[in-house]
Amino acid sequence: MSSTTNSPTHHTSTIGAIGAPSRRNTELALLIFAVVIPVFAYANVGLALDDQVPSGLLSYGLGLGLLAGVAHLGVRKFAPYADPLLLPLATLLNGLGLVCIWRLDQSKLLQSLPNFVTAAPRQLLYTALGIALFVVVLIFLKDHRVLQRYTYISMFGALVLLILPLVPGLGANIYGAKIWIRVPGLGSLQPGEFAKIVLAVFFAGYLMVKRDALALASRRFMGLYLPRGRDLGPILVVWGISILILVFETDLGTSLLFFGMFVIMLYVATERTSWIVFGLLMSSAGAVGVASFEPHVKMRVQAWLDPMKEYTLSQQGQFGHSEQAMQALWAFGSGGTLGSGWGQGHSDLIKFAANSDFILATFGEELGLAGIMAILLIYGLIVERGVRTALAARDPFGKLLAIGLSGAFALQVFVVAGGVMGLIPLTGMTMPFMAYGGSSVLANWALIAILIRISDTARRPAPAPASNPDAEMTQVVRPS
Amino acid sequence: MSELTLTVMRLGFLAVLWLFVIVAVQVIRSDLFGTRVTQRGSRREAARPQQSGRQQARQQAAPPQQRAQQGGGRRGRNAPTKLVVTEGTLTGTTVALQGQTITLGRAHDSTIVLDDDYASSRHARIYPDRDGQWIVEDLGSTNGTYLDRSRLTTPTPIPLGAPIRIGKTAIELRK
Repeated sequence: MSSTTNSPTHHTSTIGAIGAPSRRNTELALLIFAVVIPVFAYANVGLALDDQVPSGLLSYGLGLGLLAGVAHLGVRKFAPYADPLLLPLATLLNGLGLVCIWRLDQSKLLQSLPNFVTAAPRQLLYTALGIALFVVVLIFLKDHRVLQRYTYISMFGALVLLILPLVPGLGANIYGAKIWIRVPGLGSLQPGEFAKIVLAVFFAGYLMVKRDALALASRRFMGLYLPRGRDLGPILVVWGISILILVFETDLGTSLLFFGMFVIMLYVATERTSWIVFGLLMSSAGAVGVASFEPHVKMRVQAWLDPMKEYTLSQQGQFGHSEQAMQALWAFGSGGTLGSGWGQGHSDLIKFAANSDFILATFGEELGLAGIMAILLIYGLIVERGVRTALAARDPFGKLLAIGLSGAFALQVFVVAGGVMGLIPLTGMTMPFMAYGGSSVLANWALIAILIRISDTARRPAPAPASNPDAEMTQVVRPS
Repeated sequence: MSELTLTVMRLGFLAVLWLFVIVAVQVIRSDLFGTRVTQRGSRREAARPQQSGRQQARQQAAPPQQRAQQGGGRRGRNAPTKLVVTEGTLTGTTVALQGQTITLGRAHDSTIVLDDDYASSRHARIYPDRDGQWIVEDLGSTNGTYLDRSRLTTPTPIPLGAPIRIGKTAIELRK
């Protein structure tokens, strides 16, 4: 795109293509940085709690470094032109999460709880599995466009994953939200985490084909393009499903995540603002409607509107009330601007789920506002890289898939962080990469792997030169 | 552990965390790949008539064979370096031209996947000939490929800046 400015000297600025470098060494340098920071934090926790560098420092550092190294080698081998930032950012979040979980394991208060398990070694195992899944996805998903073939299978798969927690005997109602399944011998699993990736594949494939009908056939009314009634079908179906999730699984987060992801992708596919307006209206109507009669959701909303009352009721021993929402706010408050320092906070008072749903409260208390902002920025950078990947992608399916995945990631961070900070009602989702939980870590590493694959395809400087039959000399057979 | 050490570590950790964020943002800044803005004087007649005149003379003076050889690797100043989509859903997409064949069409393995109802799956291709001149060839598409309003029937060299139209999409070669 060249533009000519009308200055007297007739300067022309041209914007030319640069052969994109692979940036793998940048990634390695950032990755080393991203491993050093959690090791520093780990040493800091040990020094603050026991006045000595924790004995596991070397093995922890080596373990995290090894995992990051494996992931880096996988990227170097199988996706050499991928985005240099996605892997280091995810590694840093995962490493910080591990430190925080280990720090909460050291708490005497949490150790005295009946259902206490040392979570850090397990989380390290989940991380190792997550990195393994990451490399496996990079090896076997040579081209993200292959996923397009599985559009409707993905829809079916996602529905199965979403319905699984409701199957009697398989699903488990853990603390009110029915978003878990129990797999004998493996423990419990959150299929919704994986459904988010599968559903993004379906939405991308579906919207790519249908977007013209959704974008063009519309009437203009008050500055908005109103879609025809029959084109409202898909959004109504997805809305209905997300309402059903809300009613039967009683989880606002999952419901919001899926509906929000669909609206984002619909908007990107059709460039019609009216979808966002419709989406917001429908989701708020649905959420308000369900919250007015479903007791678990209603309780969450009440705890959000008046956390102090909820806390008082809970202290009085009334069943069905939770003091956590208020405790999380206190944790953020006592952290202040710069925090209390690693290991010196009292977020373990949030006894239950301190290392999963409420892990952000620990960060808020021990790192303060400054730390939380940095962490939210790191999440934001991951989303930004995902959107950048979508912009750079040359095929519509890849664009939509990258937008869908990064949108889902962003929504999940928003839903969890907003819930813990009291911006929206609390939900049962987990902070990607940081919170304790196998499904979340595995699914998010797979998500990053797909984004890396799309970005590799998008940034690869040029497809391999195809042999050009016209350019070759014509072979002439001469009788000798 | 003394209070001072812990405070230093606390602030140090925050500083390191923010340093990471800043480094990451710097990487993004240096990673705005795909485009490079260069200021240069216009080669229009009025700006520097002498120089451009000399250049033209030199180019004309060069024997055709030598020019062709230049074309094999890096062609002279008038060689296109990229292909830009100027109209249609993919507007703004650029592909660097590095001697590879560029396929256009709705097929998923095309270099530029056209999401255009008027495009065929394998619509057209753009490739350099032996002299490095870029050629556009229609691959038997249903609705045809247009180079500057005329429908292509044979492989045709592409002048710089001439729009190649496929359905609602227009593509240009640029320097």
